[in-house]
Amino acid sequence: MPWTTIQVEKLDNFFIMGDSTGNRVLTYREALHEAFDQSLARDPRVFIMGEGVDDAAGIFGTTKGLKEKYGADRVFDTPISENSLTGIAAGAAMAGLRPILIHARMDFMLLSFDQLVNHASKWCYMFGGKVTVPMVVRTISARGWGSGAQHSQCIQGMLMNVPGLKIVAPATPYDAKGLMVSAIIDSSPVLFVEHRWLHKTTGHVPEELYSIPIGKGVIRREGREITIVAVSYMLVEALKAAEKLQDAGISAEVVDLRSLKPMDENIIVESVAKTGRLLIADTGCKTGSAASEIAAVAAEKAFHLLKKPIRRVCCPDTPTPTSDVLEKAYYPTAEDIFKEAVNLVIE
Amino acid sequence: MEKSKWIEMYRTMRLIRLIEQRINDEYKFDEIKTPIHLSIGQEAVAAGVCIHLRKDDYVFGTHRSHAQYIAKGGDIKKMIAELYLRKTGCAYGRGGSMHLVDPDVGILGSSAIVGGNIPLGTGTALASKILKNDRVTVVFFGDGAADEGTFHESLNFASLKKLPVVYVCENNFYAINSHQLSRQVGDNIYKWAQNYGMPGYRIDGNDVLEVSDYAEKAISRCRNGEGPTLIECLTYRWKGHIGTVDDVGDGYRPKEEYDYWVSRCPIKRFSEYLINMGVLNSELIESIDREIYSLIEEAFNFAQNSPKPSPSELLDYVYADHTG
Ligand SMILES: Cc1ncc(C[n+]2csc(CCOP(=O)(O)OP(=O)(O)O)c2C)c(N)n1
Ligand SMILES: [Mg+2]
Repeated sequence: MPWTTIQVEKLDNFFIMGDSTGNRVLTYREALHEAFDQSLARDPRVFIMGEGVDDAAGIFGTTKGLKEKYGADRVFDTPISENSLTGIAAGAAMAGLRPILIHARMDFMLLSFDQLVNHASKWCYMFGGKVTVPMVVRTISARGWGSGAQHSQCIQGMLMNVPGLKIVAPATPYDAKGLMVSAIIDSSPVLFVEHRWLHKTTGHVPEELYSIPIGKGVIRREGREITIVAVSYMLVEALKAAEKLQDAGISAEVVDLRSLKPMDENIIVESVAKTGRLLIADTGCKTGSAASEIAAVAAEKAFHLLKKPIRRVCCPDTPTPTSDVLEKAYYPTAEDIFKEAVNLVIE
Repeated sequence: MEKSKWIEMYRTMRLIRLIEQRINDEYKFDEIKTPIHLSIGQEAVAAGVCIHLRKDDYVFGTHRSHAQYIAKGGDIKKMIAELYLRKTGCAYGRGGSMHLVDPDVGILGSSAIVGGNIPLGTGTALASKILKNDRVTVVFFGDGAADEGTFHESLNFASLKKLPVVYVCENNFYAINSHQLSRQVGDNIYKWAQNYGMPGYRIDGNDVLEVSDYAEKAISRCRNGEGPTLIECLTYRWKGHIGTVDDVGDGYRPKEEYDYWVSRCPIKRFSEYLINMGVLNSELIESIDREIYSLIEEAFNFAQNSPKPSPSELLDYVYADHTG
């Protein structure tokens, strides 16, 4: 069996409720496929490129059949040249197109930092807004089955330090579709952070094309005693933890920021105003993570509202180990969130 | 080349094949919890090159590096234990199949980032030059790696500095499902080397004698301070890109292409040659296989019965534990 597929297929089918009305149910990957399909149909400037986008696997099914439908000029395979591809996408964007560049693992994007950080993200500012770079870089983080140190990184935190780059990290099918559409229509470079373990998640998704404002979070679950802000896949773990907390008599509010940059600071402050406690769950390593930035926002704007120190539940500051035993020790789960939350509320 | 070396190359190819077949057979039991990339069909490249390397020479492999590890003399028990992610593995279970290491025989670690090992191998060659020793580095990589900037930048640098490095491109025509011709104009890999000012050859990578010939010359050029060489070895993987799946037919690789390459099995071709030359016969074939099977049995037993790392080791080795 191909590798992470095994792991993902073994996961429970996690249904996220209340995202949108209607009763059309899609998986996260189907929602993304629909976002690409409808965007390609709507706007002739949109094109998709990346390693393997037109092959039989079609990036875990998310780009399957699109080449056949829209032609090889608009959906095409590329050389394994991440850095230059990023610059090539940026150049095409400068010339008026709307490229979507796909990295099947977030790790591979590390090769493209020069073009992404030195060029694409800074161009608009450096030239006084005269040239814009409307491109989407879509990355997928993996986890498990010995993905190891070079195939499992979640480096969204590192990238939050890049001015000019917007970052979205949707966790539900509804958000995946809406934020992909927003990323495509946005005229700045947008990094679309996706997690392989979300691909099977299901939820309600309307058929029509819609967008979701970048920088706007949502409350996934109302609560009174503790705020859990969860990033990307950690939302699933956080919702499971909140359920368990309720059984333990603790009322947890779960906040899904959906966008990391710009970040919905108000939703964090408002929730902390209600609960007085903040726990942040992130998919990346702890130091310099998205969780760090969220904690900094809370410390700056909601310090007076906090009854307890902020807690971060993240991966430790080590490269990802391959061993299943070490992987288990490495990745935080709903159980870790639960324990930390209990500590914060009870002690 | 002496005839004893022929038998050694034959044995190495058989060793790679049989180990990988065993990995293939064991994979379904879900105890090898790591992605694997098998080199079945490509054995001649590693065997023909590494036969000319000394123990202290360096090799750098990729995500698909069982073959080089075996051919360079890496510890087989530790390799299998690493695939089983045991504490006794060559990377103590931290690396897995894509990240094999055995510094005792010059294997400083394989990278699963395409093209990621090419600068590293260029760097060990730079060290050999600065340290004025005659250690040679061989970097193995796929046709896909020639897409990366690291390939071009490293070749330029190695040529400029006349470094003792041999770039061995195992061109199996595919990067995952993507054919070389959908990524490159074609015919380019060895010519690029020529344009970077080093000898570049395209050879039959399923002919171990041809591989060995070219590798021998390239390695001795390195030892004589004459600089780098690139050898593009045309070959073919029999299994799918990853795991134990087959990726033939049905939107994947054409069946005729696959059949053609299987008919050019490097081991079959070489054994037929050796039999014709009178150096190999059925008894020797059997005794080599018997010895290999017992080695494999021992390695798998060792691995399967080894302890897993303990969670308390998670934070070890993030930083080096000494100053220089
Ligand atoms: C920088 C980077 N981009 C993409 C990948 C995903 N990937 C893993 S193996 C592979 C194909 C490599 O093909 P090739 O170099 O020809 O080696 P082969 O697998 O054929 O041995 C790709 C694209 C990666 N590991 N690293
Ligand atoms: Mg290849």
